[in-house]
Amino acid sequence: MIQQTGTLLVSAIKNGTVIDHAKAGSALKILSILGVENHDNVVTIGMHLPSKTSGKKDIIKLANWEITPSKANLTAIFSPSAVINIIKDFKVVKKYQVELSEIISGLVVCPNPKCITNNESMDSLFHTQKNKQGVSLKCHYCERTFKQEDIKEYHRA
Amino acid sequence: MFSTLKGRDIISINELTPAEINSIVKLALELKKKPQPNLLAGKVMGSCFFEPSTRTRLSFETAMQRLGGKVVGFADAGVTSAKKGETLYDSIKIVGQYVDVVAMRHPLEGAARRAAEATDKPVINGGDGANQHPTQTLLDLMSIKETQGKLNNLSIAMMGDLKYGRTVHSLAQALTHFNARLYFIAPPSLAMPEYLLTELREKGIKFSVHESFENIIPKLDVLYMTRIQGERFPDQMEYNRVKDVYRLTVADLKNAKKNLRILHPLPRVNEIDYAVDKTPHAYYFEQAENGLYARQALLALVLNAI
Repeated sequence: MIQQTGTLLVSAIKNGTVIDHAKAGSALKILSILGVENHDNVVTIGMHLPSKTSGKKDIIKLANWEITPSKANLTAIFSPSAVINIIKDFKVVKKYQVELSEIISGLVVCPNPKCITNNESMDSLFHTQKNKQGVSLKCHYCERTFKQEDIKEYHRA
Repeated sequence: MFSTLKGRDIISINELTPAEINSIVKLALELKKKPQPNLLAGKVMGSCFFEPSTRTRLSFETAMQRLGGKVVGFADAGVTSAKKGETLYDSIKIVGQYVDVVAMRHPLEGAARRAAEATDKPVINGGDGANQHPTQTLLDLMSIKETQGKLNNLSIAMMGDLKYGRTVHSLAQALTHFNARLYFIAPPSLAMPEYLLTELREKGIKFSVHESFENIIPKLDVLYMTRIQGERFPDQMEYNRVKDVYRLTVADLKNAKKNLRILHPLPRVNEIDYAVDKTPHAYYFEQAENGLYARQALLALVLNAI
């Protein structure tokens, strides 16, 4: 992301992961789902940055931390458009679009307080569905369907 | 007979195919005509009611006994190890080692599916919070088939609390298999949830939404009424405003079709006038009786006794 003056709005990293083209406003949720606070590497984020393709976007740079595809794909719950760039020595060595998994296990806290998963020591389990409005998640247990904005809490990935 | 139900957990009505529903309804009607007092001799049902229930529990237990089986269990979580902090998973794992089939009710949503993971024995959901109550839907369908001679192409209205009432949600979903014309009659604050209407639209089911029932009654084959459930209302004032909104009287049935039958999952409060009980349209008490046969059929099928 280069400003007109030629400086980067979010500084470049030597090694690590750049999550680019994330949906504007989704960065904090993505950080939360990745459990960033447990890492002590440099993390920079940019929110509501101008984007040629979607108007506005968020970007996250995780220095010295190459995230696995399965972890990267979790970001698809909030931002199916996100693109993962793996950086080595300032160069992009791998680039791919995140993919929404059909099943998300043990990560999302079911927003229904009366769901068994919130009352018994067990993993949550959701079936995802992509539609025009975005991503929806159906709880395997209480069978309720939630929109991504209904999801407020996560177990750390 | 229908082997796909052998050993199956019956958690949600949505998991049953039309053929499976038909096979359960058919067997239920047969068992009503011709009792089979030894069909499940030697089998034991665990009746695990973590929440009080009268009709569902007693009809499950009677169903098992009328087929020659035996029943063990509890009618209140207060007498179980749940009180000592045991998980549902552990409780059902143990019960599953003692019995051949588990019938359960639990106040938490998804509890029956969790229980089914704990045991290889079939688990039949007798209600998990506001989520599913598949045996109620099966006895509703049995009553419709019994009174109308068919399940397909019927005009069916659901009236009362369509927002919180799980029976109407499950019944509407089940009726998508049978090309019903549905009428939803409710005050706006208790209307059918949008996600369900979307599901009906996607499946091409014809339906309409109404606030009053007077003009609808002459079109109907089945009128399914529900109680406005005071305990589900977050706002008492709103409850007071809608609680008496529908009250069906004999005069309302003046132009009804001869074959119209009124169903109600019971208990009723005041939504059906007592004088309606004496009309040939009233079928809610027989419907409650049918719970016995629908549950017998399900027990026989999951235990592969037929």
